Amino acid sequence: MQQPNILVVDDEGDFLETLMNRLKKRNIATAGCASGEEALRLVKETPFDVVVLDIKMPGGMDGIQTLREIKKIRRETEVILLTGHASLETSMEGMQLGAYDYLLKPIKLEDLLEKLAQALERRGTAAHQSQSEEIRNLLRKT
Amino acid sequence: MESTIYLRLQWKIISLTLLVTFTPLLLLGLIIYRQFAGMYTEQIREQIHYRAETQAEALDLFLKERTAILGTIADTHSFQTMITEENLARKLAVMNLRAGAFVDLGVIDHTGQQLAYIGPYELAGKNYYDQAWFGEVMSKGLYISDVYMGFRQAPHFIIAVRRHENQRSWILRATIDPDIFSRIVQAAHIGRTGDAYLLNAEGTLQSRPRFGGNILEHARLDISLFGRHTMTFEQEGSDGRKLLLAGTWLKSKNWLLVISRDVENEMAQLFATRNMQIAITVAGILAIVVTTVLTTRQMVRQLKQADTRVKEMDAQLVQTDKLAALGKMAAGVAHEINNPLAVILQKTGWIQDLLDEEELQKSANIDEMRTSIKKIEEHVERARKVVHSMLGYARRMEPRLEDVDVNLTVNQTVNILENYARNNNIDIQTDLSPDLPIIAGDPAKLQQVVLNLVNNAIDAIGNDGSISIKSMADHSEIQIVVTDSGPGMPESVQKKVFDPFFTTKSAGQGTGLGLWISYSIIEKMGGTLTVQSKEGQGAAFTITLPIVPPMKK
Repeated sequence: MQQPNILVVDDEGDFLETLMNRLKKRNIATAGCASGEEALRLVKETPFDVVVLDIKMPGGMDGIQTLREIKKIRRETEVILLTGHASLETSMEGMQLGAYDYLLKPIKLEDLLEKLAQALERRGTAAHQSQSEEIRNLLRKT
Repeated sequence: MESTIYLRLQWKIISLTLLVTFTPLLLLGLIIYRQFAGMYTEQIREQIHYRAETQAEALDLFLKERTAILGTIADTHSFQTMITEENLARKLAVMNLRAGAFVDLGVIDHTGQQLAYIGPYELAGKNYYDQAWFGEVMSKGLYISDVYMGFRQAPHFIIAVRRHENQRSWILRATIDPDIFSRIVQAAHIGRTGDAYLLNAEGTLQSRPRFGGNILEHARLDISLFGRHTMTFEQEGSDGRKLLLAGTWLKSKNWLLVISRDVENEMAQLFATRNMQIAITVAGILAIVVTTVLTTRQMVRQLKQADTRVKEMDAQLVQTDKLAALGKMAAGVAHEINNPLAVILQKTGWIQDLLDEEELQKSANIDEMRTSIKKIEEHVERARKVVHSMLGYARRMEPRLEDVDVNLTVNQTVNILENYARNNNIDIQTDLSPDLPIIAGDPAKLQQVVLNLVNNAIDAIGNDGSISIKSMADHSEIQIVVTDSGPGMPESVQKKVFDPFFTTKSAGQGTGLGLWISYSIIEKMGGTLTVQSKEGQGAAFTITLPIVPPMKK
């Protein structure tokens, strides 16, 4: 399996585990972690293309803080915010900090994949383009 | 109850203001009047007092002058010279030339026989031996008589001097013209109604007064009241009028000069001043009363309005607080529900992924399982929608900024509901200001609000009534007022109309969310939605929107 280039951060273990299983099943190399601090450590080690980040994580860093730190470490990393409830202010703040977009839970896998494809496309390199195309193909099959 | 409080406040302010205004005003008026009246009366008294003194001196001078001239003639002429009528007539002419007011002149010898007489009366040869004055002059040498009738049977008084010549005494006697004398006395009067006259020691008139009474009549005046010096006092006159009197005894004759003034007449100027003062005070009081009442009413009315505004703002504040709290709670609930929904959705997705594997495809129940998963997904979606729509937070729920023609929106709404209203015999009237500016907003949302308000109005009226929709604008705001002729609502209901789930409609007729949603929509557009109502007098809902100019395209 290729080097994982997508990181999912969510404190809800069931959600994280299931989402990662489903992505892996679709041959999308994914890493996962349950906290902002852990995410920052992983981001420092691995140049992820896209980070899917939960905003509300009780205890420790929340999604907005994590986003700010990720962008400091690697500006080009695209971040998709994911949350059970986004107030207008939080989402606006996220967008201003450079998040690619934000999605509301519960979310269908297809919608997330579409967003991932768009984010990868934006990174612009040929590798990214082809991976984006692969995801799109997956979506077309279902 | 409430209006009683304002009424009581109003009267309290009015009475207090009037009390503190009137007290000094009346006190000052009274003091000034008293001072002025005192000074005025004092001045009148002084004037009459001074006049009595100076006129008494003038009368004394008159008598002294005539006594002196008579004495000089007697002293410088012999008895023999004087008893010729020719000489006597010349002397009378000289006396009248020098002093005047002499009527006649006579020479009387020591037996009382008048030996010579010049004058208008037939008195030559009369004998005065028995007359009282004869004895007086013979013993004292000089005598001024009271006024009496005498032989001539006309009121007069005499001045007589005695001369001692060659062991014998003779008398030169002159009569003073009572008319001239009366006129001189009368000249002492002051003012139109003033009078001046002389009284002898018995209180008999010695000169003719200007008003009432004649010479030798008894005056209705207690002369014992007058002392040695000039005195002034008030007395009631014969006709009941108040008189101010001043009296001075003459020095050369025990006659009392009396000067009188009619107090009321003299005080007329003072009374006119007093009346003027009363009129000004009354006018002032009236002006103060009117001003105070009007000002206070205006003040209390403004206070009432301010109170109402504060109450409205309080109600809105409470409303905003409630909505904020509700929003916060709903956000928490949404998070708590959406997270498990997300897990459920992923789990069902995972099961579906697994079902696609070869060996499970052969299971007899595979279709049943797939249908169940579909159902789970459908219900997750349903729950998600409920949460999202309750919060109205998704970006697509935010009001969109478009050009809003408020009047057009109102007209469209009226068109939608017109038939429904007509069926219930309800008349919808619009009074739309033609020059409303186009503003930025969400026309669909605004229409939803107006529709909701008009719909509620129709429901409130039931049957037979009217609804009016007015639009107007000032420089910063547009207002839309929806007024109905329905039953109105008490204050307790007004406080709650914008609460979520609050409804007065019977169960199943309304969700109680309409006005709450309307309130939120208008709030998001930067405006306010308020209600004014009185029980039994209908209700008016007012939408106020800020004039936000539309974006340039």
